[in-house]
Amino acid sequence: MDSIQIPPIDFRLIAPLLVVTTWAMVLLLVDVFAIPANRKKLTGYLAIAGLVVAGLVAIPLWDVSGSTFSNMVVLDRYSLILTWIFLIIGALTITMALDYLPRHGIEQGEFYPLIMFAVAGMILMAQGTDLIVLFLGVELLSITLYILTGFAYPRLTSEEAAMKYLVLGAFAAGFFIYGIALTYGAVGTTNLALIAERLADPAAETNQLLLLAGASLILITFAFKVALVPFHMWTPDVYEGSPTPVAAFMSVGTKGASFAALLRILVTALPALEPFWLPVLGMLAALTMIIGNLGALSQTNVKRMLAYSSVGHAGYILLSIMVVSERGAQAFLFYTLAYTLTNLGAFAVVIALEQRSNATWSLDDFTGLYKRQPLLALAMAVFMFSLAGVPPTAGFMAKFYVFTTAYEGGLGWLVLIGVLTSALAVFFYLRVVIRMFMHEPQGELEPTLDRGLSADIAIAGGLTLLFGIVPAPIIFLVERSLVAAGG
Amino acid sequence: MNWLGLLIIIIQSFVIALAVTTAFAYLTLFERRLLARFQNRVGPNRAGPNGFLQPVADAVKLFFKEDIVPSAADKAVYLLAPAIAVIPAIIIWAVIPFGCLNIDWNYQACFAESSSGVNNILQIADINVGVLYLLAITSIGVYGITLAGWASNNKYSMMGGIRSTAQLISYELALGTAVLAVVMTFSTLSTHELVYHQGVLWGIVPQFLAFVIFMIASTAEVVRAPFDLVEAEQELVGGYNTEYGSMKFALFFMTEYIKLIAVSAMAVTFFFGGWRFPGLEMLGAGMEELAGPVVASIAVGLASLGSFLLKLVGFLFLSVWIRASWPRIRYDRLMDLGWKWLLPLGLINLAATAVAFVLIESFVLASFMLLAFSLLSLAIAAGINRVPKPIDNVTYVSDVRSRAETGQ
Amino acid sequence: MDFVLFFLTAAIALAGAIAMLVARNAIHSALFLLLNFGAIAVLFLLLQSPFLFTIQLSIYAGAIMVLFLFVVMLLGAEQVEAAQDKLPWQQPLALVMGAGLLVIAVITAVRGGSNDAPPGGEAAEAFGDPASLGELLFTEYLLPFQITGIILLVAVIGVVVLNQQRTQAQSEETPGERPSSSVQP
Repeated sequence: MDSIQIPPIDFRLIAPLLVVTTWAMVLLLVDVFAIPANRKKLTGYLAIAGLVVAGLVAIPLWDVSGSTFSNMVVLDRYSLILTWIFLIIGALTITMALDYLPRHGIEQGEFYPLIMFAVAGMILMAQGTDLIVLFLGVELLSITLYILTGFAYPRLTSEEAAMKYLVLGAFAAGFFIYGIALTYGAVGTTNLALIAERLADPAAETNQLLLLAGASLILITFAFKVALVPFHMWTPDVYEGSPTPVAAFMSVGTKGASFAALLRILVTALPALEPFWLPVLGMLAALTMIIGNLGALSQTNVKRMLAYSSVGHAGYILLSIMVVSERGAQAFLFYTLAYTLTNLGAFAVVIALEQRSNATWSLDDFTGLYKRQPLLALAMAVFMFSLAGVPPTAGFMAKFYVFTTAYEGGLGWLVLIGVLTSALAVFFYLRVVIRMFMHEPQGELEPTLDRGLSADIAIAGGLTLLFGIVPAPIIFLVERSLVAAGG
Repeated sequence: MNWLGLLIIIIQSFVIALAVTTAFAYLTLFERRLLARFQNRVGPNRAGPNGFLQPVADAVKLFFKEDIVPSAADKAVYLLAPAIAVIPAIIIWAVIPFGCLNIDWNYQACFAESSSGVNNILQIADINVGVLYLLAITSIGVYGITLAGWASNNKYSMMGGIRSTAQLISYELALGTAVLAVVMTFSTLSTHELVYHQGVLWGIVPQFLAFVIFMIASTAEVVRAPFDLVEAEQELVGGYNTEYGSMKFALFFMTEYIKLIAVSAMAVTFFFGGWRFPGLEMLGAGMEELAGPVVASIAVGLASLGSFLLKLVGFLFLSVWIRASWPRIRYDRLMDLGWKWLLPLGLINLAATAVAFVLIESFVLASFMLLAFSLLSLAIAAGINRVPKPIDNVTYVSDVRSRAETGQ
Repeated sequence: MDFVLFFLTAAIALAGAIAMLVARNAIHSALFLLLNFGAIAVLFLLLQSPFLFTIQLSIYAGAIMVLFLFVVMLLGAEQVEAAQDKLPWQQPLALVMGAGLLVIAVITAVRGGSNDAPPGGEAAEAFGDPASLGELLFTEYLLPFQITGIILLVAVIGVVVLNQQRTQAQSEETPGERPSSSVQP
């Protein structure tokens, strides 16, 4: 019997992924055996340390690029920047959760390793160059999120959210795997680069119909994951029901990772199908921007409002994805970074206002916040301005970047819709700000600001302002990033 | 596929199906007589010489019982359940090699590694995933019991059905790890090749731990004593088959015993060299020299069949012996044993097997190292799991009295 | 003969799937699904892939469906409750859209030229052989194989986490109530 020859593997290329997953697995054991039940925060700190280590490990990889594991994963600057963004998301989410969990009586040490596993899934989605790996990345992320959404389980809304997300997510997974099967049937490979090669090769007969069916199914999956409009129904319910840090994580993490994977699929594998997917995605983007922002208008629940606003933002990000060029990818990266910081910050403020028992997340909670907690109110104002796209915040720069890119990419009508819906969005974001500053406080509601939350809000707010005022370095970084990238 | 081949397969299947049902009938007699001996009784000895016609009498009795369908039962499933139960028990025999009778009259083919040219008439199908097939069929054997329990619409039956499902799921994993270790040892999934590879050493030597796990798990899989909670008479009336009478009950009864024979046959194939015994090849060579290839291969075939059946009877005896000796295990102990002891031990065994065969070149040396490891880990496991004897916390009247006498 | 067998099995699979949807009793549904799985397993066998056949049997029929049955029986949820249908337009719409999807699928299958050679080339000699499959898993698909392991780990953690009794809630209600599972020394 011949022994199996394992092909050479370059572990450097997946070093951040390795660090995160091994750290999470070890942390699970440490949590169970070494950390007493009343000091579970320690697990959280260790998890943050793991994410930081993974980020540091990634630094020397800046000049490295290549693919390994029989071309299943690739390391380029595009994926490296995304990796950092995801690590930041994970770390900020954990800082948010450190005091949130015990305050709501749902503290369990497993929360933190699970966030790390989700981050690992996201990194995998940024690095994957094979449909199978992308699928597994999506699943790793989703399964973790099913658990995390249900983490507050004696609370009915949390159970409802987990159930809804699980059932719909399972359908989406089915669509994805079916799409992969059909694509494989059409081109005979699941590797993204090979798919493009087969499609470009005039001698190879590919089954166009099968390929179209497969590609549409894959698109549907990602549309579900990032909550594009006909597939967005789950978003408000799930965000409302899940523990707030988890909602924050989902609103930026799932979106960023899914868009990253979608961009890679579109650029690497399916440029030949552009006449097919461009109008489809255009329609989706238009619908998403309009309905997402309209939906947010009528909400009086902050969490639902942020959910609809995240739907709207998915539309803007999609604009940058559709411009399959280097500039499009740059705009995507910049927008993702800006949106990540802003949205995490906004959710952190919501957590600060969330009381243990009768949490209704009503807009009324914000009334007169300035009188009680001026700094918190200021921070929230910054986040709202940034989400609305008002200068001088990162949100403005990001929107500006995306719109100019999309305009140059020939998506003029979508840019028009984008600008109009942004104007619409200003209304409901400003509503919050007006309530905070113009009204007198009513009722007894003391915001609870712990150290983690303060740090979170300070970091997010500071960076949001910084990127808004001096965007040059980060844009330079992002632009440099794609010199070597395939995307 | 030629029609002759198809005909041969049909005849083989027919013969085996008849053989196992007959074997079932006489296994009941075997068991009752043996149990009687173990319990110092005589046992059924009236019908025919030594009770030889007892199974026939039983069958006749069951045939003439009234066939009732409970009015609250789910009719379709109720009627289907016995059939669903009995089918896996019979088709499992398809890949078990009973012996080796080469119909091209070339007995040496039996002792060749490649299973392609064997043409063994004593094995219906030699597929390259035979072992997996055995596991797969074992795993679907639970349906009959579960459905019978549910369809009867009776709470005792239902309890029996649920217990069986939980038990079978729990022990299937342990069974799987044990079988997998054997597969790793001989690096094949074909049952014929498994038997071939055991020419050097029987599977029980390198895989003693797996053998112990297999014996326990398979006894649980066929819900035999001491794992027969599914039909615990004292608590559940009769378990899943409470509402079944006449031939439908007989089918369940038959299923259980055929499954018992089947797992014993699996144990023989995996751990006791199947139809092999030392000197079989010499017998073939000798007969060929004496009387030509035809006689040689027939002799090898008969001898191997005999050796297989002998080992099988040994296992059946063991099973009856266990039934007579051990009381029924408590339900939580059952789950504990399956999940906390057998499964971890099985996984450790898998790891040890992999390490041993990669590190040690010689098969025999590695096997004996593994044997030592198995004994050691079993001893450790037994040591950890030692239940304190009840005597430790019992105060005897005599002790009190003696204490009082000495004035303490 | 393969042809006849194929159509017979495919018809059984389809019938099982449809009956599963129509059946009002959850146990019956599960049994029809089981029939469907069995038929699919036979289809794998017709495709010269005994390995997939056994895997289909032991994983789907032997493990997943047993758990389904187990849960349905434990919950006593065999009968679908006749709840008020809040979205009465949903069913006809779903039927229409399903029919549309079926038409598209049939067109794809017919127009797609089912007689073309598969684009990846002919199947290898040892296709579907467990040994070659294992080799692929440990070489080309090593990374997906490992990730699958991590996904399963996460799923297990999820089960444990979501079934753990919250320590606080527990201490308020039933302090230290645990079934004593072992003999106390």
